[in-house]
Amino acid sequence: MNARRDPVAHAVLLLGVILFVAPLWLVLVASTQDPATIARGDLSLLPGNEGFSAYARVLNGPVPHMLLISLGMALAIAFGKIIISVLSAFAIAFFRFPGRRVAFWLIFITLMLPVEVRIIPTYSVMSDLGLINTFTGLWLPLIASATATLLFRQVFVAIPDELVEAARMDGAGPLRFLWDIVLPVSGANIAALFVILFIYGWNQYLWPLLVATNPRLDTIVIGIVKMIAVETDTDWSAVMATAVLALLPPVVVVVLMQRWFVAGLTEGEK
Amino acid sequence: MERRTIFGHQLLPLALVAPQFLLTLIFFLWPACQAVWSSLTRQDPFGLHSQFAGFDNFIELFTDPLYLDSVGRTAFFMTAVSLVSMSLALFLAVFADREIRGRAIYRTLLIWPYAIAPAMAAVLWILLLQPRIGLIGVWLNRNGVAWDYHLNGTQAMAMIVLACAWKQVSYNFIFFLAGLQSVPRTVLEAARMDGARGWHRFRTITFPLLAPTTFFLLVVNLVYAAFDTFGTIQALTQGGPGKATETLVVKVYRDGVVNLDIGSSSAQSVILMLGVIGLTALQFRFLGRRPPG
Repeated sequence: MNARRDPVAHAVLLLGVILFVAPLWLVLVASTQDPATIARGDLSLLPGNEGFSAYARVLNGPVPHMLLISLGMALAIAFGKIIISVLSAFAIAFFRFPGRRVAFWLIFITLMLPVEVRIIPTYSVMSDLGLINTFTGLWLPLIASATATLLFRQVFVAIPDELVEAARMDGAGPLRFLWDIVLPVSGANIAALFVILFIYGWNQYLWPLLVATNPRLDTIVIGIVKMIAVETDTDWSAVMATAVLALLPPVVVVVLMQRWFVAGLTEGEK
Repeated sequence: MERRTIFGHQLLPLALVAPQFLLTLIFFLWPACQAVWSSLTRQDPFGLHSQFAGFDNFIELFTDPLYLDSVGRTAFFMTAVSLVSMSLALFLAVFADREIRGRAIYRTLLIWPYAIAPAMAAVLWILLLQPRIGLIGVWLNRNGVAWDYHLNGTQAMAMIVLACAWKQVSYNFIFFLAGLQSVPRTVLEAARMDGARGWHRFRTITFPLLAPTTFFLLVVNLVYAAFDTFGTIQALTQGGPGKATETLVVKVYRDGVVNLDIGSSSAQSVILMLGVIGLTALQFRFLGRRPPG
């Protein structure tokens, strides 16, 4: 097979890339154009003359705060999920204790209860606990994770018995073993999961919409949907500048950590 | 798989699973039980009294043409999104699997949309298809096509199918590419020797070997289309015009959060739960795999 010349493949992939990069390009150029021109329907394919003035506008508004809320929420969800999943997977993989099966199945059930199917009752639990309109409410209920627990359990079960034996001979207790052996050997899985969970947290929409009505807790995704909900007199360049800022962190994380994340995603499913 | 060597402690493991256990109990099981309970009760409009109503809420739902419409619409939407997204992803993956120059770059450029929030996909598509500012939308209207997804239900459905399918392509692409890369080269080589080429080789050798991946993705895509598209729909059409893009999740949200019809909304939630349980069970039955989250 000739490794160089495959014009059909290049053509198909180029079209694919255009399909997925063109909208992003439009957002970028729109953010540098005059909002009135965009509103008239004269969106240009080339950067406009406004430079970064739309960015200056949005950065002087509530957008930085929204980015901060999103970042906090994404990090809290990613670390929170990883920590509690590592702990429970460690317990399930390395101990036999009463209720182990029950615990396993209860965690497993969460797979089947996405937030979308229990909107109202979860809201009432949140309000009973006083978590409505709090930052904790944005992330805490989202960190229980069957997927992550099952993934880590799978990784932990594959750790050779000899390693456990050796650690015990050296007099290492379970927590010592977790810290010195288990965590380092699961590094790649943790990195992959971090990417997936960071994206998951950053991209939440329904949950923050439900539990936080205070604009001080608006995430960037919520903020942008609010901005486009009003279709008259929309400052489109500001919307697009905000969109660029909202897309930047997750895209950077995915592109930089692509190798780990792709491996983690596909291997985790097998 | 069970390991032979374990630690002998009893209390420590309980402490380790406790956080996960408590969160699951408080935020998953308890609300789910409440949903089941409220789906069997009827509340007065002020939410002051509720009384047991048996399966009334469910009977009402299944005799309500609006609900049945939403079920049909959602089924269509799920199928369309999954088909469009998966076939495009498979098509691209087949070519990205070839030994060509710059394929790492192609892959990155096709994988990055994984990072996009469903609600953000809406923003990207507004610039293309919004009738007054979108590039294609404006062009259509200037050329005599009355394109406006705020007014035309069919166009609104097309719009959300496109935007939702588009957003999911990268995910499917990642899995199809991984699947293609795990097809043994020797098998393909042997088929080539036997004279099977191009489409024929793909149809008789590659595609059957991809069957587990395809089935796994089908379930994931159906779940995605049913639940994770709420943000895209809400940002683009809010379920409208009328009820043209009101999928089941949008309806639960409208009935429960906007119209505060707790009984009906809970019954709808319970039906959705059964749907997810069914899909998850299907996946385990046939693949023994977990859905991602």
